[in-house]
Formats: sequence, structure tokens, C-alpha cells
Amino acid sequence: MLWNTMILALREIRRNVLRSVLTILGIVIGVAAVIIMVTIGGGATVQVRQQIAGMGSNLLMVTPGKRLGPGQSTDNVPFKEADSRAIARDVPAVAAVAPVSSQSIQAIFGNQNWTTQVSGSNNQYLQVTNRSIRSGRQFTDSELRSGAAVCIVGETVIRKLFGGQEALGEKIRLQKLSCEVIGLLAAKGQSTMGTDQDDIVVIPLSTFQRRIAGNQDVGFIQVSVEEGVATEKVQNDIVRLLRERRHLSSSDDDNFNVMDMKEIAQMLTGTTRMLTALLSAVAAVSLLVGGIGIMNIMLVSVTERTREIGIRLAVGALESEVLMQFLVEAVVLSSFGGLAGIVLALTTSVWLAGILRVPFVFNGGIVMVAFLFSAAVGVIFGYFPALKAARLDPIEALRHE
Amino acid sequence: MNMTAVYRTDKQALIELRGVTKVYGSGQAAMHALRGVDLRIDEGEFVAVMGPSGSGKSTCMNILGCLDTSTAGTYWFKGVEVNRLTRNQRTKLRRFYLGFVFQGFNLLNRTSALENVELPLIYRGASAHERRHRALEALRTVGLEGWESHTPGELSGGQQQRVAIARAIVTGPTVLFADEPTGNLDSARSHEILELLNGLNREQGVTIVMVTHEQDMAAHAKRIVRFLDGLVESDKPNIRNA
Repeated sequence: MLWNTMILALREIRRNVLRSVLTILGIVIGVAAVIIMVTIGGGATVQVRQQIAGMGSNLLMVTPGKRLGPGQSTDNVPFKEADSRAIARDVPAVAAVAPVSSQSIQAIFGNQNWTTQVSGSNNQYLQVTNRSIRSGRQFTDSELRSGAAVCIVGETVIRKLFGGQEALGEKIRLQKLSCEVIGLLAAKGQSTMGTDQDDIVVIPLSTFQRRIAGNQDVGFIQVSVEEGVATEKVQNDIVRLLRERRHLSSSDDDNFNVMDMKEIAQMLTGTTRMLTALLSAVAAVSLLVGGIGIMNIMLVSVTERTREIGIRLAVGALESEVLMQFLVEAVVLSSFGGLAGIVLALTTSVWLAGILRVPFVFNGGIVMVAFLFSAAVGVIFGYFPALKAARLDPIEALRHE
Repeated sequence: MNMTAVYRTDKQALIELRGVTKVYGSGQAAMHALRGVDLRIDEGEFVAVMGPSGSGKSTCMNILGCLDTSTAGTYWFKGVEVNRLTRNQRTKLRRFYLGFVFQGFNLLNRTSALENVELPLIYRGASAHERRHRALEALRTVGLEGWESHTPGELSGGQQQRVAIARAIVTGPTVLFADEPTGNLDSARSHEILELLNGLNREQGVTIVMVTHEQDMAAHAKRIVRFLDGLVESDKPNIRNA
């Protein structure tokens, strides 16, 4: 009997292609929308979290000028290398200090060229930015002191200039400076702000100042604070030291800025989290709309189906047989729609994650919730009108307009 | 089928109604469709039920066909008191003993003639092979050989009614109820349908109860029962056919 009912239900689905497709479509869209949005949102959050973890611990960024933001600085007195040394020497609980000057420069190797960010700094740069050397070596003290023509190169630059070739020991040209590749940086990927952190060439600060910038300025200073020390205290110490070194009276505002990178990162996490919540809300609405779509199709077909139920009852179908048929129909349509939605959502999510460069994070919970909700809507609105109709006297059901 | 109803001891009629009433609504708004109908139909009869609209003839037939229930009175089918049967038992009565032909055909849309005719057999639990075999035979009986795969939308009114008749007779019912089977057909088609019903009655001994308001359709029957205001007004054999 159950087998017969299954056959009847499947026949009925096949016979009413349009109705079946519309029902399934509602479920597919509802399920897919929710899963995609939550998956992508979750991926973005995970990515931000990873980047914060990879950003280097307790990083402070010291920049000249009054405030970061539009219309930046009025009296932009640049730092000198001595400022960086003073911080390293006089501020307690500082783990590493890297003075950095950088500029966008075209790097040339053979007939390949690639415009990249060239930074002049010291070995502590690697420590504060939480990077490591994949192969080759750091700068030596004498190279740093004498301003030698050597460089450490990021993954992207290697790929663009050398293709698959061995880069160590080769010489690349930065403007008029021809420098030897002595180290390759381990890849780090995209930053929180979406820039490529591997599109970089690092040379000694003195080399940068003499051969590229042509002055003794330092663009900014990155400071990493020792583990377990409150960054606020170090921040205050740096401000005090720099005010003194820059001869600011107590009435003057700071003409430099000490920022905690963690704060920026946390702000970004908050933003992504809010975005995920927003996307989820949108997704919930699509699920609801999908549900209403299913409901409409089911209710619209009730008249026709009530007559069908009347016919079946008249020719000798038991109420339970009719109901079983409708239940099977609703379950088959809903599960089919749900599964199609899940497949669509997962393929789209993987594809979108690739495009948006966020990790694909599978969230089984939301898949279940979306599927169960849609299936429940499908089954309830497929089954209950049928239940009402099957309880009528056959003649009532047949007369239904 | 386990019928725990009361069996009568005197000579059994196929169908017997005694004092059957049907009231729609209640109180002031109550509408008395049947006011106490007594009727007896024996096996093998061909009864035409006539009467003006609202006389209760269709209501009476729906009660006879177990498509509807009476308000009061007693209905015996083969000696079984139908009023006392449960809903499912009445369904089984329809399944095994009764066949229906409606004025509006009531076929399943988008469903082939063959599948429409197979429908009652599915609920009887017949095998796919048996279903097909019997449905084809029924379609042949009503002269629709070659039209098996057409859906109702692709068939004319007369052909649709033939499909409906095939569906009604495919189970080999004891009684065939026809509610204005020719109401939607022209007179040539109508006479063909009546010929068909007549043939079933004569050759296969199917008892036929047919509601109609057309005199020349009723003329095919062996007996004519007239309803008026919810009561049997007259009940006489059709002299021409009796």
C-alpha cells in the first residue's frame, strides 16, 4: 500500500511540473540564500580573526603628523633613525622597534618589471610584522650600517619578476640601485585592509635613505610590545619620550601619533560581525519569502486538489490513503528542494569564497536550520489543506469551487 | 470487510430506504432536501430518477452512493444498515460495490484516460499488470480503444464521459450511479451514452440508478421514479422498456 502511495505521489509530482517546480524553487531559494550568506559572513569573520592573529602581537604604529585621517598633518616633522633608537633604548617593555620608510618603486629583473612597495628598515622589521624568512638570510649589521645593496623579497614580487626561477643571489634593479636578493619572505597573504602583504621588497634603511629617498627621514616607526605588558603604558611612555625629543611644550598638541594596531583590528572584527548579522537578517527574510512562496503555491492549488481528493474518495480511497499520498508528495518536494538548495548554496559559497578571497567555512547548523524550516513549511502547507479536504464528505469535496 | 451492522431477515432488496431525510443547516435556516423518502431498488434494475431542480433527486442519489450521509431514516445496502457504518466502512462499500458517473465527468486533469480508469483499481490493491489489463478492457467496452494515452483536455465531452463510465465499471460494481450523465452533452452524444448504460444493464446485469431531468433520457430506463419537494411523487415502470 505504501509503495502504491509513493507511486501515486511521484506520478502527481511529475504530472504537475509547473506547480512542483514553483514549490521546489521557493525552497531552493530560501535554503540557498541563508546558507550562502551565513557561510560567506562566517568566512569573512574567520579571515579577520586569522589576520589579527598573524599581525604580530601588541603592535604600536608611530607616525608623524597630528592625526591619522583626512587632511592629515599640518606640521609634519619627520622622524629620524635616532628616534627609533631612543624608543628601543629608553622605553621599557619594548620587544622590537623598526623604523620604516617606504615608497612605491618599479622593480626590474631582466625584461620583467613590477611596481612594488620598497621599504627601508632593519631586521626587527620582520619581528614586528610577524614575518619570517623562507630561504636566504637577514641583513648583517655591516650591511645595515654601510647601506649595502641587498634586499629581502616577498612572494608576489618573486612570482612576477622571476616566474619559477631561483631568485636568491640574483640582482634586481630599483631605480638606479641594483641590489642582490639575499632572502625570500614567507608568504603572508592579504591584509585585513585587503592589500597584498607579499608585494614587498625590504632593503636596509640606510640604503633606502641614501640611494632612494635622498634624505635621512624615517616614514614611521613600528614598535612591538613585550608579551603580557599593557600596550597603553608603553604607548604613554613613547608619547612622553617623543614629546621631549621634539621639544614640545605642555600646551602643544602632539605632532605625531601612536596607534595600537589591535584597536584597529578589533574595530574591523566588529564591522565584519555586524555585517554578518546584517547578511543573516537579509537571509532570514529570504527564507521567510521562500516560505511564503511555497505556502502560496500550496494554497493556490487547494481548489484543484480538493476536487482531486473528492474524486479519489468517491472511487474508494480511504482518508488515510489520500493523506499519505499528499504527505509523501509534500515530503518528496520539500526534501528535493532542500537538497537542491544545499547543493546550490555550497557550490556558490565555494565559488564566492574564491572570488572574495575569504576562507570557506562550512556551517552545518545553518544548513540544518534552513533545510528543516523550508521542509516544515512545505510539508505543513502541503499537508494541512489536504487534511481539511480529506475530512469532507466526498460530495462536498467534489463540489468545491 | 467486517460489517457489524444489523441484518434484515425478510427478502433482501439491493437498496432500501425508509423514512430518509436530509436537512442542510439548522433552526430557521434549515433546508429540508429530503422529507422522508421510502424507496426500494432490486438487483438488475435500471432506474431513472426525475424531478425538478431542488426536488431532492441528486441528494437522494448521493446518499445512496455513500457520497453523503442522511440526517435521519434508514438505508440498507444488501441488507447492511449503511447509517451505522463508519466513514472508512462506507469508503470500502464504494470501493467494492459502487461506481459513479457525474455530470461534470470529474476526471483527474493532466492524467491519461488509462490512468484515470486505473485509479479505482489502485485503491483495490490490484497489481500493475491487472490494472492495465482491466482498464484497457473497460476502455474497449466504452468504445475508446486507441484513446488510452489522451488526457481529459484532449478529449471531447462525450469521450470524457465515456472515460468516466469506464472508470466506474472497471471494478465491476454492483450498482452504477449516474448523476445527470448527459447534462453536458448534445443529444446525439447523450443517446450514445444511454445506449452504453443500457448495454451494461442488459448484458452485464449492472444495476443502474440515473438522475436526469430529460424525458427522452429517462425513456431508456425500465423504471421511472419522480421526486417532488423532497418526497417520492410517483414510481412506475416504464411501459416502453419494462
